[in-house]
Amino acid sequence: MLFRVILFTLVCLPISAYSSSVKVHERTFKNGLKVLVKEDHRSPVVVSQIWYKVGSSYEPGGITGISHMLEHMMFKGTEKYPAGEFSRIIAENGGRENAFTGRDYTAYFQTLEKSRLEVSFELEADRMRNIKLDAAELKKELEVVTEERRMRTDDKPRSKTQEYFMAMAFSNSPYKNPVIGWPSDIANYQVDDLQAWYELWYAPNNATLVVVGDVKAEEVFILAEKYFAGIKTSDIKPVKPQTEIEQQGVRKTTIKLPAKLPYILMGYKVPVLNSIKDKSEAYALEVLAGILDGGSSARLASRLVRGQQVAVSSGAGYSMMSRLPELFMLDATPAEGQSVFDLEYALKQEIYYLQRELVSEDELQRVKAQVLASSVYELDSNFYQAMQLGMLETVGIGWEKVEEYVEKVNQITAEQVQAVARKYLVEEKLNIAYLDPQPITQPKKVSKVAGGRHAH
Amino acid sequence: MRISFISLFFLLFSQLAFSAANIQSWQTSQGSDVFFVETKGLPMVDVRVIFDAGSARDGFQHGISALTSALLDTGAGNWSADEIAQRFESVGAQFGAGVSRDMAWVSVRSLTEEKLLNKALKTVGVILNTPAFNETDFQREKSRTLAGLKHREESPGALAGIEFFKTLYKGHPYAHPSSGEVDTVSGFSADDLRAFYQQYYVAKNAKIVIVGDLNKQQAMQVAQSLISGLNTGTKPKILPQVPVPAKGVTKHINFPSTQTHVLAGLVGMHRKDMDYLSLYVGNHILGGSGLVSQLFGEVREKRGLAYSAYSYFSPLFRNGPFTMGLQTRNDQTTQAVEVMLNTLKSFVEKGPTEDALIAAKKNITGGFAMRFDTNSKLVSYVSMIGFYQLPLDYLDTFQQRVEAVTVASIKDAFKRRVRPEFINTITVGGD
Repeated sequence: MLFRVILFTLVCLPISAYSSSVKVHERTFKNGLKVLVKEDHRSPVVVSQIWYKVGSSYEPGGITGISHMLEHMMFKGTEKYPAGEFSRIIAENGGRENAFTGRDYTAYFQTLEKSRLEVSFELEADRMRNIKLDAAELKKELEVVTEERRMRTDDKPRSKTQEYFMAMAFSNSPYKNPVIGWPSDIANYQVDDLQAWYELWYAPNNATLVVVGDVKAEEVFILAEKYFAGIKTSDIKPVKPQTEIEQQGVRKTTIKLPAKLPYILMGYKVPVLNSIKDKSEAYALEVLAGILDGGSSARLASRLVRGQQVAVSSGAGYSMMSRLPELFMLDATPAEGQSVFDLEYALKQEIYYLQRELVSEDELQRVKAQVLASSVYELDSNFYQAMQLGMLETVGIGWEKVEEYVEKVNQITAEQVQAVARKYLVEEKLNIAYLDPQPITQPKKVSKVAGGRHAH
Repeated sequence: MRISFISLFFLLFSQLAFSAANIQSWQTSQGSDVFFVETKGLPMVDVRVIFDAGSARDGFQHGISALTSALLDTGAGNWSADEIAQRFESVGAQFGAGVSRDMAWVSVRSLTEEKLLNKALKTVGVILNTPAFNETDFQREKSRTLAGLKHREESPGALAGIEFFKTLYKGHPYAHPSSGEVDTVSGFSADDLRAFYQQYYVAKNAKIVIVGDLNKQQAMQVAQSLISGLNTGTKPKILPQVPVPAKGVTKHINFPSTQTHVLAGLVGMHRKDMDYLSLYVGNHILGGSGLVSQLFGEVREKRGLAYSAYSYFSPLFRNGPFTMGLQTRNDQTTQAVEVMLNTLKSFVEKGPTEDALIAAKKNITGGFAMRFDTNSKLVSYVSMIGFYQLPLDYLDTFQQRVEAVTVASIKDAFKRRVRPEFINTITVGGD
């Protein structure tokens, strides 16, 4: 045991020294735009991401999903670069690009050969303020988003179960709404809604530009200044807190959908880094998630899938870096002959063990060893590094927390893990959804269509 | 460790001359090919052992390759599944195993610190050389696989994929899904898996890929010791040719979904195909370049018919499929399929414009460095080069070969290989 600890320390020292030696350069322009640059000279490439502090958790009722809809419309052109030009220019420069929307952010990115960074800056600066929203384009893109929703959610029994689950678990927190929005909201966006949303949130003082790659920080700052420093600021009003009310007892729901396998989702209301004074509690919950689901040696795989064989798969997850308080999630698919209620019992037993007994030093070290190793593996990807910085900055935690992560996890003790299990993973704060599979009614049959039902 | 740290630091801040991957290759004493790329900058290494033991080797036992792979880390040597997982995870190593139609592989990512790496590699060695195939583990993994196969039936997209391959490949070993079918998997015994392992997990049938911060000496030791316990064995018989495409068919499967999933295509090309570059670059323009492809433009940008619309070739050892795909609201399926097929037809007839080809070349060559800018991507490339026995300078000559493609060569290749009347169309969804 002692040996393991010494070995761990040996590994730990040079690597953490290594990570912190790769400095993040930070500059904030007068118009409020924050620019973060991390040099990584392993390959002659660069990733540029611009993050806006807006996402589905900022949206009021009636226009849920509008941040995501706007993300789509951001590709529809400006005065200077009409529809299609943005993507065409990036492609011509060998670049790859896309965008993504979450509950707490909307981000746009390009990866390019290092000498083309300026192309990205020019285009991205232009569309921060100058997008042209057109009713006909919106009508078409609204169909696209509806198709996206069908693909991601409507035709996937588990995704749909998750959507119902979140809507039940949260009473007034905006986390109750899906990122893509509720169908009737999507169907009724107007150009004015999007214009207002764009003007409200798309401004330099509500954005972070993150650049990671084979660049020199000073040169990036000069280039960024050229394109972004002249953009006018907006009067950004702080988003309303919408603090979730206290949950006073377990909530359960059953979702009946055409499906083949039953499925259970459980979630306990827990705090996040942003929402608590004692930050160590968030790190303790993070370690606790690792004890349950940090690899194949962790408890859920070892005990529920292999030992008791009550589940064919089971997972646990916690996002300590969300902007608002979260759910500590557990999910599982029952093994043949087992029910979701057997699984509920088995999962609750695991929570009970965490409350009753201290986790072993071996388990704790395994979680920490994986966190440490992952912090090195993550450096293999510029994109991932930029993601981490952008996300932390955007949710209000601050990018500096990236650098503390390994160390903070390392400090967590078995007692702290037990304490958060006792404090937060309690029945009163629990939410459960059961997916109850209904027969897939239209019988599966293959029909050859002579002459072509769908003409060639 | 201190010394290597200083050298890492130095390398990180010195300008590295850039060139495509320098692949070094040799054979182990038992006859396994090794492919090694030394990368500096991060104290980590990826090791992958690849066998010609994918689902194309299943025979009538559809899914046996996949289940054999799934059993490997559930018991080996004297270790249980728990002990194996603990050995990896205590040193932060990430183990993986899987199969595709052509390949079965086992992979590990580890820090290069000697004690950690040795423990991870020793564990991989025991898994590869002495897997146990215990009855309890076998029964459990079999039920888990069966549950997975059932789960697949919830997905119209997955059903479309299965039917697509079945239609294109008929009786060929590529025809069935890699994960197998309920009927076949239910009949397996642990002995069947043992037999599959004995036949295919042999030194002559193995290739080893190493990418990371090791020197050649270290890489040689790793390769030599990793699979020293394997039987020498022989290479399996070469896979049969795929019948050339003939008249296409249209099939529909009823499914209670709000969208219809559409897959259309035919038997395409193989890894060493003479038309590879012309088809690859041509498809880039047709449906392979994401937001700027013709299919994306016609289906999504102009008409808003689908969220995703794409096409791609999947070159395999034998001719892999050419696939076009989209998902759309049930009642507009006919229209969407028509747009997709017309886009193809017009592309085959007219070929790309000179401007479109120039733009595609600029995109491919201008973004060339991004194809292998991480160890993860390098591992995939080197595995492909090694497994399919492509020239070691494949990456170095890639841009040059792309530049050589012409409008005429694309037109010619598509006319011969992607005849619209041979396209099979599979739809899965509601009426």
